[in-house]
Amino acid sequence: MKISGAELFIKALKAEGVKHLFGFPGGVVIPVFDALYSETEIQVILTRHEQGAVHAADGYARSTGKTGVCLVTSGPGATNTVTGIATANFDSVPIVCFTGQVSRSMIGNDAFQEADIVGITRPITKHNYLVLDRKDLGRILKEAFTIANSGRPGPVLVDLPKDVILEKGDDEYPAKVSIRGYNPVLKGHPNQIKKAAMELKRAKNPLFYIGGGIHIAGAVEIFRKAVKKTGVPVVHSLMGIGALPGDDPLCLGMLGMHGTYVANMAVTGADLLFGIGNRFDDRATGDLSKFAPEAKIVHIDQDPVSISRNVPVEVPIVGDARLVLEQLLPLLEAPKINDWIKQIDKWKEEHPLEARVGRGSDAPKTNKAGAARGAEAADRRSIGHLRPDRVIQTICEVFPDAIIATEVGQNQMWTSQFFTFRHPRSLLTSGGLGTMGYGFPAAIGAQIANPEKRVIDIAGDGSIQMNIQELATAVYNNLPVIVTILNNGYLGMVRQWQELFFGKRYSSTCLMTGAACPPQCKGPGDHCTVYRPDFVKLAEAYGAVGMRVFEEKDIKPALTEAGKIKDRPIFIDFIVEREFNVFPMVAPGAGIAEMIFSEGRQG
Amino acid sequence: MTHIFSMLVENHQGVLSRIAGLFAGRGYNLESITAGVTTDPQISRITLVCEGDDNVIDQIKKQLNKLIDVIKVNDLSALPSLNRELALIKVRAKPNQRGEIFQVADVFRARVLDVGIDSMVLEVTGSSEKIDNFAAVLLPYSIREIARSGLISMERGKKQTTEPEGQRKGASEKLNDDFKITIA
Repeated sequence: MKISGAELFIKALKAEGVKHLFGFPGGVVIPVFDALYSETEIQVILTRHEQGAVHAADGYARSTGKTGVCLVTSGPGATNTVTGIATANFDSVPIVCFTGQVSRSMIGNDAFQEADIVGITRPITKHNYLVLDRKDLGRILKEAFTIANSGRPGPVLVDLPKDVILEKGDDEYPAKVSIRGYNPVLKGHPNQIKKAAMELKRAKNPLFYIGGGIHIAGAVEIFRKAVKKTGVPVVHSLMGIGALPGDDPLCLGMLGMHGTYVANMAVTGADLLFGIGNRFDDRATGDLSKFAPEAKIVHIDQDPVSISRNVPVEVPIVGDARLVLEQLLPLLEAPKINDWIKQIDKWKEEHPLEARVGRGSDAPKTNKAGAARGAEAADRRSIGHLRPDRVIQTICEVFPDAIIATEVGQNQMWTSQFFTFRHPRSLLTSGGLGTMGYGFPAAIGAQIANPEKRVIDIAGDGSIQMNIQELATAVYNNLPVIVTILNNGYLGMVRQWQELFFGKRYSSTCLMTGAACPPQCKGPGDHCTVYRPDFVKLAEAYGAVGMRVFEEKDIKPALTEAGKIKDRPIFIDFIVEREFNVFPMVAPGAGIAEMIFSEGRQG
Repeated sequence: MTHIFSMLVENHQGVLSRIAGLFAGRGYNLESITAGVTTDPQISRITLVCEGDDNVIDQIKKQLNKLIDVIKVNDLSALPSLNRELALIKVRAKPNQRGEIFQVADVFRARVLDVGIDSMVLEVTGSSEKIDNFAAVLLPYSIREIARSGLISMERGKKQTTEPEGQRKGASEKLNDDFKITIA
């Protein structure tokens, strides 16, 4: 039977079990959206920006492991996906992104809404295609889905010229394709695995260092068994959060720039670092010459490129984390590490996590006068005094099993420090690319994939504004996503660096900067104006619920109230202390054991 | 150190751009790249010459292998291999100089492709070093233009870049073997 390219596209989506498609229409893809019009099996989620569509597909994929799918038009529609695709590529998220393209005869003519999106996205996709022949369409669609969600997953882009979409042709969608240049290694080399097990058994100060690959491979359960069997402590990267419950005594927390003291000290003191699904990224390792100086390194990863790139590896194992751990588990024996555990407990006590104000004052600041002046006066943001760590701890208390999305910056680091993650795939965050504006649309995607779960975006007042238009998407789809804005009126992480390393020259980081400000502002004061936008009114304008919290005692009631709402998004504007910093911190370029706890105090 | 990679790739549009883009995007040093179709019209052979320390070369090889359109990558630098480049060189040649140039060309086994009133075009093949030397000898005659093909390369003996499927090791073993070499 002859069918159009658009009809074959729908057939492919159905065969792949795609239930949700995130998209935004435009000229050349009208025929595809037309084919979706009467489709009941596939729900189209219309976002308000193409970037939102890709991040939503990303959140959908990260929270479930299924492939996220999006469909946008040519030209600007396609170029708007770039940040989303790069985000997914960096964090190995399976996405298939379909873009419309002008008709084949027009390509290269600078036609209206033409962009060489395949050329643009070549370095930020796992693979991409421009379909130039209708007879290749079925095979290419199958290859796209196969490549996106196998091996080390990643985004695949398929560019569909308008006339290919319209052309009638073969209706075959292959059940399987073989791609001769693509054979991901799954099982690990048996000898290498034996060697790894032996190294672990012999070690005196062993440490697991896990990354996002554990979640991707579905290796969480078996990894937890391995930890139980060996009693070896664990540090994780940002992406590895949740693989071991955060309150497990063997979970030492995150390593790296904003890692815990105990994690960084343990890495520095380890004689065996056993990496699984991680990539020794620079935010995790700090100065490489001071990274794990005593340790032999075992590294299990799906991607050979990640192995021996930043650090030399003694026992490299290429393979899928779950399959390799299945091979490894029977060989594992518990090493004798009582002294090591004692040392680790000592480090734990020395410096537990706590967010501090940069000026080194340990007590939380209060400003009774400001509170007394009432909401209107308190709206002048020099006086916020909520502690962001308390806000996040309370979110964790009220919604311990929620899926948490974050934006990027202080909100992201505080979340990693103060929310106790207990479940796999429960943190959605742009780890590699560090994309502000990722969290909210990702939370929308995750909420669509997990209607029974609570999905919360922990945001800053800066990054939430980067994709705030998706409020409409959440409202119209009745998604009860809770957006908790840690509102300090600053691009907080950059401000923190300016405070610590640039002599408090707050250049372009205050979001209230305006004509009335002193020319070289060094911090909040009476000159500060009213914060705009008013997030409560903004939420209400969209038909969402808006709340504002000034006092610590109101954090929990606000969250509890938000938890009762099941049919629309909720914005909670938490007015936090403006100059709170993320500590501990490793200065850029320093070794990870050289930690700053607050200004003037070094470990 | 300079390395020569001989690769088999899918003859898809954009494949050369993927490879060149990889070098540009990751800051690798690409000295020359040549491409041509093989006996199988769906497969092209690409020979590229690049420079870097062992770590960089290791990364280049892995990154190339990671490209979906790349079927096989062979590092010929460590193997006995034949390396050839072709160059066309146009020199200024007054009628009274032609004899000398013919003689030089003869020594380098170059061919004269064209003779004009005061110019000649010579064709020479050989290792890149030989072509450098030939060009150096021609320098006094004033080289007007030079066009070099970039290196093509092939392993000596009967071994092919693509071994028959049956004789190939499991992909996993192969990869881990590669690592052993890197470590040793």
